[in-house]
Amino acid sequence: MAGLNLEPNIARPDDIYDRLVALHAGLDDTQSAVVNSKLVLLLANHIGDEAIIRQAIALARELGD
Amino acid sequence: MTALERIDGVPVWRAVGATPGPSVANEKAGVVIVGAGPVGLTMALDLARRGRPVTVLNQLAFVAAGSKAICFAKRTLDVWDRLDVGEKMVAKGVSWNVGKVFHGGSGEPIYTFDMLPVKHQKMPGFINLQQYHVEEILLEALAKFECVDLRWGHQVVGVEPRDDSATLQVRTDGGDYVIDADWVLACDGSRSPVRNMLGLDFQGRVFEDNFLIADIRLKDKRPAERWFWFDPPFNPGGSALLHQQPDDVMRLDFQLGWNVDREACVRPENVEPFVRGMLGDVAFEPEWYSVYTFQCRRMESFVHGRVVFAGDSAHLVSPFGARGCNGGVADVDNLGWKLDLVLAGQAPEGLIASFDYEAVVTADENILNSTRSTDFMTPKSGASQAFRSAVLDLARSHSFARPFVNSGRLSMAVAYPSSPLSTPDESDAVWAGVAPGAVALDAPVANGWLLEALAGGRFVLLHQDASLDVTEGITVLSLQAIGDPEGLVSARYDLQPGSAYLIRPDQYVAARWRRPTQALVEAALRKAMGKY
Ligand SMILES: Cc1cc2nc3c(=O)[nH]c(=O)nc-3n(C[C@H](O)[C@H](O)[C@H](O)COP(=O)(O)OP(=O)(O)OC[C@H]3O[C@@H](n4cnc5c(N)ncnc54)[C@H](O)[C@@H]3O)c2cc1C
Repeated sequence: MAGLNLEPNIARPDDIYDRLVALHAGLDDTQSAVVNSKLVLLLANHIGDEAIIRQAIALARELGD
Repeated sequence: MTALERIDGVPVWRAVGATPGPSVANEKAGVVIVGAGPVGLTMALDLARRGRPVTVLNQLAFVAAGSKAICFAKRTLDVWDRLDVGEKMVAKGVSWNVGKVFHGGSGEPIYTFDMLPVKHQKMPGFINLQQYHVEEILLEALAKFECVDLRWGHQVVGVEPRDDSATLQVRTDGGDYVIDADWVLACDGSRSPVRNMLGLDFQGRVFEDNFLIADIRLKDKRPAERWFWFDPPFNPGGSALLHQQPDDVMRLDFQLGWNVDREACVRPENVEPFVRGMLGDVAFEPEWYSVYTFQCRRMESFVHGRVVFAGDSAHLVSPFGARGCNGGVADVDNLGWKLDLVLAGQAPEGLIASFDYEAVVTADENILNSTRSTDFMTPKSGASQAFRSAVLDLARSHSFARPFVNSGRLSMAVAYPSSPLSTPDESDAVWAGVAPGAVALDAPVANGWLLEALAGGRFVLLHQDASLDVTEGITVLSLQAIGDPEGLVSARYDLQPGSAYLIRPDQYVAARWRRPTQALVEAALRKAMGKY
């Protein structure tokens, strides 16, 4: 089973990172939270595979604590 | 505000009058049902149709009015149809299948769902029908059974459980009496005095929110659909819900939040702006205004010796999803045939333990769904609020987001995939169709509907061209004999030649085989009767 890819997978990481931060320019915390939620939902739907999404959810909280 | 009479604060739909107490001081009974709500009455009808004498004790001496259940799901209608009251319910009710969800002031729904995605079934996806009409139809059916002893104005005030019976103390205007019952079925509602008197638990969550219900009379033809709003202009920040009921009654429901003056909320001058906000400048008459809060909780176990709990006494859910009464009717459907077989001495008492297992699975699924709906409707954290806003925004223009919109996941039959009563498929068998532990799906047959053919209250072996000797206690139905004019029975059941299904008296699938034999069928039957 192909699990969640945890190896580097994005060709130009600085560009993407920059865009993720820029996405929130001029937004207050509440608006930012909504935008982030949209992003999560869009990507989760694209991935579709419930096992992968669950793995990512588990990992996000583990690393954050 | 309304002409309804009240007794002890409860609005009266129809006064019946108290039943006199029994002539003997110490009565004996087989089955006593406590409570004549929709669950107790359906329970009585199920047992009466099996020829079982039942005594029903109801504290009230009237049929109550007020705003209670209105939405009855297809599975409940199937159960009532098995009890021969389904067609009456549908004839009196407003049938609907489509739900629409709106966001903000837009008249375009962001999400539309269909409660009957599989067509060609006898019953509609849902009907709306006031609970008092439901109770009246059940009462009318019960009146035809001499084995039913329904007592109005008889309040249970004491319970003394024993291993093989229970004694109830009953209060009437004419004095108290005592009744010894082999089985007590506690269908006495969310505050269940029987549960409390036995000191039993009722664990769960209380939600900090209030909802205003306005049942109004209004002559206005609208589509028979469920309409739900998030954040509409007439209730900013809250939700709202609209349902059509019979007799030109509409149910309007508005989320109010936690810190409100509940008495002020139901004053006509405070309700009317909500009504006009939703429906425009219409002329209407109030039927009943009330504010309710809700909880999701259940008992740890529904079976306590010879006292068995069903309906709201055993489990409570939030109304979004219409899983309360529908969940209670599922209990009855599950319990009736089991209790009948135990009373007949054909099944061990342990079969009742499988009711506990299966009804708890059902209650947990109902609680899970209604808790999730409630959490979507009333986000409990900043992150939850942000996800909801994201979903509602995205749903406007992107179909992928619409299934996340949760305005209530409406009641459907619950499956018991790991039920101890089910026999797993043959290990090499490949099946579409209906799996063991799931409820039978309706389909047209030559003279009506498949579920009608499965409504005899017995186990059924449904097969196509399987050569099997008849097993005692099973009704054998061949596809050829019932007819499959549109090919939908064989399609829905993946019923290839030689295959067979064993279906329980409650229309749940117990087992199925590609290569059935009499020995396999008999083993599955024993298992489904709790002889494992
Ligand atoms: C606003 C609202 C809307 C709802 N909408 C829906 C819906 O659309 N669909 C749905 O499925 N559910 C809905 N529900 C839930 C539904 O009303 C309940 O699940 C249903 O009434 C439960 O039926 P019951 O027979 O278990 O209990 P109840 O209807 O509460 O009946 C209990 C009975 O027990 C009797 N009793 C109590 N104590 C005693 C005693 N000591 N002795 C003798 N008798 C006693 C009472 O008199 C009563 O007859 C709604 C609930 C509310 C509040």
